[in-house]
Order: sequence, then structure tokens, then C-alpha cells
Amino acid sequence: MNGLINWFVQVTSLTAFNLRTIPERRGSALSSVIGIAGVVLVLVGVLSVASGFRRAMVSSGSPSEAIVLRSGSDSEMTSGLGRDEVRVIEDAPGIARDASGPLASAELFVIINLPKRSTGTDANVSLRGISPAAYAVRGNVRIVAGRRFTPGRNEVIVGAAAAGQFAGLDLGQDIRIGQNDWHVVGIFTANGDVSESEIWTDASVLQPAYHRGDTFQSVYVRLASPGDFKAFKDSLTTNPQLNVTPVRLSDFYAEHSTVVTEFIQRIGVVIALLMALGALFGALNTMYSAVAARTREIATLRALGFGSGPVIVSVLVESLALALVGGVVGGVAAYLAFNGHKTSTINWQTFSQVAFSFAVTPGLLARAIVFAMTIGLVGGLFPALRAARTPIATALREV
Amino acid sequence: MSESQPPLVRVRGVDKVYHRGSEDIHVLLNLDLDVHPGEFLALMGPSGSGKSTLLNLIGGLDRPSQGTIEIGGERIDEISSRQLAAWRARHVGFVFQFYNLMPVMNAERNVELPLLLTHLNRGERRQHVETALHVVGLADRSRHHPRQLSGGEQQRVGIARAIVTDPTLLLCDEPTGDLDRKSGDEILGLLQALNREQGKTIIMVTHDPHAAQRASRIVYLEKGQLVSERPS
Ligand SMILES: Nc1ncnc2c1ncn2[C@@H]1O[C@H](COP(=O)(O)OP(=O)(O)OP(=O)(O)O)[C@@H](O)[C@H]1O
Ligand SMILES: [Mg+2]
Repeated sequence: MNGLINWFVQVTSLTAFNLRTIPERRGSALSSVIGIAGVVLVLVGVLSVASGFRRAMVSSGSPSEAIVLRSGSDSEMTSGLGRDEVRVIEDAPGIARDASGPLASAELFVIINLPKRSTGTDANVSLRGISPAAYAVRGNVRIVAGRRFTPGRNEVIVGAAAAGQFAGLDLGQDIRIGQNDWHVVGIFTANGDVSESEIWTDASVLQPAYHRGDTFQSVYVRLASPGDFKAFKDSLTTNPQLNVTPVRLSDFYAEHSTVVTEFIQRIGVVIALLMALGALFGALNTMYSAVAARTREIATLRALGFGSGPVIVSVLVESLALALVGGVVGGVAAYLAFNGHKTSTINWQTFSQVAFSFAVTPGLLARAIVFAMTIGLVGGLFPALRAARTPIATALREV
Repeated sequence: MSESQPPLVRVRGVDKVYHRGSEDIHVLLNLDLDVHPGEFLALMGPSGSGKSTLLNLIGGLDRPSQGTIEIGGERIDEISSRQLAAWRARHVGFVFQFYNLMPVMNAERNVELPLLLTHLNRGERRQHVETALHVVGLADRSRHHPRQLSGGEQQRVGIARAIVTDPTLLLCDEPTGDLDRKSGDEILGLLQALNREQGKTIIMVTHDPHAAQRASRIVYLEKGQLVSERPS
């Protein structure tokens, strides 16, 4: 017991001693802090792309919404539903209703090319045809400028993210696509989810414009409650007239973002690991020179009776403290630089452009700091072992 | 100082061999030495003769290649490194040629360092530090950092740090080697007073015959052995 207390006293006094000498070697301490901060900045920056993308995708799906596709289709692109099937689906149990009927929206979409504002080059955007119930099904659509399109007319409303990313989507403008002109009558938001990256029009106008006959690709429904999904699903899958798959929207989007998020995450980790290697050598170098500069002082302390264990721990604590500062600095810098930064990318699983914001989440920051501390731990360990293992008599001879 | 008392330091048949590459350097060869309680021993000899090596062995900073070292009846060549560290903290005070003070700490904190390894509480530690600084005549400089002190004053702080735990043995490796004659004399006077008035047993390595004259006995180290031993 006494030994333990003594050990802690040694560790704390040696650590305090080490930390107080940092100002004397602020140059090398600063360089290791900056090195680690740089790694954290890049790591958080890259991973915030993935988490932002994922957030945009996942937040789009509420558990009380479901999407119905043709069996065997895992995306709207490859799905197709006839008018009769749509009617049966709309009558299924579990769907919420309002005065005008079930909250179900049969939809189709086409992919069109528009020039990006930033580069002027063309990129894909979804032009979606919706049914009148779509607003009530989504529940989060707000017209922020203009008005809703009038059914039956060549009018569109544009998601705020799409309006920001693509040229020519301002309120009042006309978009010419093929032989059709579309008039922009409104701009809408949808609480940051993927709809904001789309352009919406009336399904019954879009169908003839793209020779789709009376077919749709999906039916979006709002469930009376999240718990009604099973009843809804069972009634559709057991109905011999139908050959469809209902999926909860939250699951649908989460699944559709995995390829992209995993890819970005992998790239991020590879870049960060390469940089971490650099920072590790930086930290090692810092701690080696810090320890070397104090060879005689550490040897003196050991001559006075301080133990090797406390010497090791105190050097490690110093290295961890520097790494923590680097991690926090890098994290804060990443937050200031990246969080909320708007961008867009193509979602290869749906081949449409998705706009999203970099998301520097608390979880991401925590991971980055753990990463920084790992660099600090490894960077401090070898110098610490060396400081503790050099024979005292030898170390005292070094001046 | 009487020869009838058992020796405080008993070195018997000690060899010390350093290995440098394939070469073996025999620094100490079958060396014997007794130091009695209350003695002030000066250890002289040419550069590289092994004076520091011998002092480090007696202080438990290094281990002999062969032979035994007994201090106050305890075989320090046999105990573990951890026990040896604790033993040093309790029984030995070191005074170094270049003082080896912690530059970031003021005099008071430097002197307090060895007390952190004891069970003394903060108040008791402050008391001991005050006393030690008073003994070396630096009570009024306790808040000064090493760089604000002269060489002689820094060495006084070093001595205060060495005596603050009231050790059995004071080991000084060329304590005046880096000082001018006047400051050196003051340090030697201080060591002499500690020996005479407080009965401290002191072993001091020195090159300087003038410094060695202050000791109660001088031994000479040459080619690994104590070649002559004569009372001062
Ligand atoms: N850790 C070590 N490794 C290898 N050789 C050493 C080591 N310590 C001392 N030596 C060698 O042992 C010999 C004696 O060294 P030591 O420091 O004891 O001499 P000294 O008498 O104190 O000399 P000085 O008067 O110059 O201080 C020297 O040749 C030195 O090079
Ligand atoms: Mg020497």
C-alpha cells in the first residue's frame, strides 16, 4: 500500500517535472503537436465526408415510411409497377390515411443531365414524378420559395440542394430537357434528406414526356405507425396478385449508402494511416530528443532513488499530453474547416447526385482523439524505455 | 572515527570490467576499502583511474563485476534494482561536479526532490528543506532558480539536496571541480563542517591535492587498485 502511494507520488512529481520543462523545448513539442494535429485534421476531414453522406442518406428514411418495389429489384432504377399493382398496394392495411385517402405516392423518375454551377460540367440529377400524396407521405417537404407545381402542367419544384449545385434551377427559370420545357415554380427543403437533391414534378406529366405509359417504379407510403410495417408487408407479400417487396425507408437508404460510405471511409483510413506514420516518426523524434535533452536530469532523478517505472510512465504521460493537445487542435480545426461544408457526389448505387454536408460528429472526434493518443503512446514508449534502461552511471557521464 | 568500530563501507575483492565492443576494460581489480563512520575520505588518482566508478559502486549506481560491497551491514551488490533505488533514497546523498540541479525548479523544489520519496508530509518536507538550505547558508535564496545562482551557490543547493534526507553517507564526485578557488574553498569548508559538526561520513573524489587536504584521510587509486594509503 505504502509502495503504491510512493509509486504514485513518484509518477506525479516526475510528470509534473516533465510537463514543466515543455516550454524549454517548445520548438520540438510544437512540431509534434502540429504533426499530430495535421493527421487528425485529414482523418476527420475525410471521415466527415463519409459520415455526412451517411447522415444524408439515413436521415432520409423514417421508420414509418416504406417503399414498395418490384420483387428482385433493389433500387428504384430497376423496378417497375403497373397502375393495377399500385391500386392494390394503396389499399393494403397499415397505411396512414387523411381526408383525400391513403398516404401512398406512386412515383417514377428519370435521370437528367444538368451543368454544375461549380465546374460547368454536366452531372446527373433525378427528375422525379410524384403523386399528390407525396407531400403528406414525406411529411418534411417545405416550399421555401414560390409554390407547389400545378398537377397536369410542365412545372417543377427543385430541392434546395439541387438548386444550389446546378445552374439554371432558380425560381422562374425554364429548363429545357429533350423536347420538353420545365418551368421552375418552387424551391423546397426536406430537412436535409436526399429529396433535396431532386427535382419533382407531376407523375402524370412525366409519364408521357418519357414514354413511360401508365407505369411507375415505386410506391412510397406513410404507415399509420412504425409498428404497422409487418402487417403492411405481410399483406403485400402474401397477395398472389402482387410480386413486390416492401422495405422500410430507413433500411432502404442505409443499405444504399453503404458502398459509398465504406469506400470513402477506406480511403480516409488509408490516407490517415500514411500520415500517421509520418506523425509517428515526428512524435518519436520529439520524444527522443526530449528524453535525450534530459538524459542527465533523468539519470540524476534515478540516482536520487526515483524508480524506472515512474520514469517510463511520466515520459508516456508527457507524450500522451502532447498528442491530446494535437488531437484536440486537429479536431477543432477540422470542425471549423469542414463541418457543414456542402458538397455533392454521385451515389453509385442509384446513379444520382446526392448533396450533403460534411458532418464532423462527436463520435468522429472521439475516434480521432483516440487515434492521436495511439500515436502519442507509440511515439513515447521507445524513448521512455530507453530513458529507464540506460544505466544510471552511463547516463550521468553524458554532459 | 575509531578503528575499533565496524566499518560503514566495506569493499572486498571488487572487480569492475567494462565491455567496449570486443575489448574488456578492467577498471578496478580486486579492490579492498574500508571507510569508518565519521570519516572524511578523499579519493585521488589520475584521470580514468576509476575514481567515479568506485564511487558509483559504493553509492549503488552501478554493480561490481566481482566482489562484495557492504554498507552499514547491508550487501548492496546483492539486492534488486528496485530495492537499490529505495536504498539510495534512504542512505546516500550525492553531490555532483556539475551540480545536476533541475533547471526548471527553484532551489527549494530541487532540495525537496529526494523528500518526495519519503513518507514525510508537505509541512514536514518544508521544514526539512528550510533546515538544509539554512545549513548551506542559502536560506534567503530558496526561491531562486539555478540559472540565477553562481556556481558555488548552485553547489550549495546540491549539497542541501544531498543532506536533506539525513543520509548515512555523502558521496561527492569532484564537488569543486567546476568552481574557482574561493567558491571551492567555501564548499570544502561546508563539507568539513558537515563532517565535524554533524558527524557525516563523506567520500570525496578530487583531483586537487589542496582540496584533499581538507579530508581526514586520502587514498590513491592507480591501475585499478588503491596503491597507497596514508593519513593526512
Ligand atoms: N559506462 C562505461 N562504459 C565503458 N567504459 C567506462 C564506463 N564508465 C567508465 N568507463 C571507463 O572506465 C575508466 C574509468 O572511468 P572513471 O570515470 O571511473 O574514471 P575517473 O577516475 O573518475 O576519471 P576522471 O578523473 O576523468 O573523472 C575510464 O577508462 C572510462 O573510460
Ligand atoms: Mg570521474
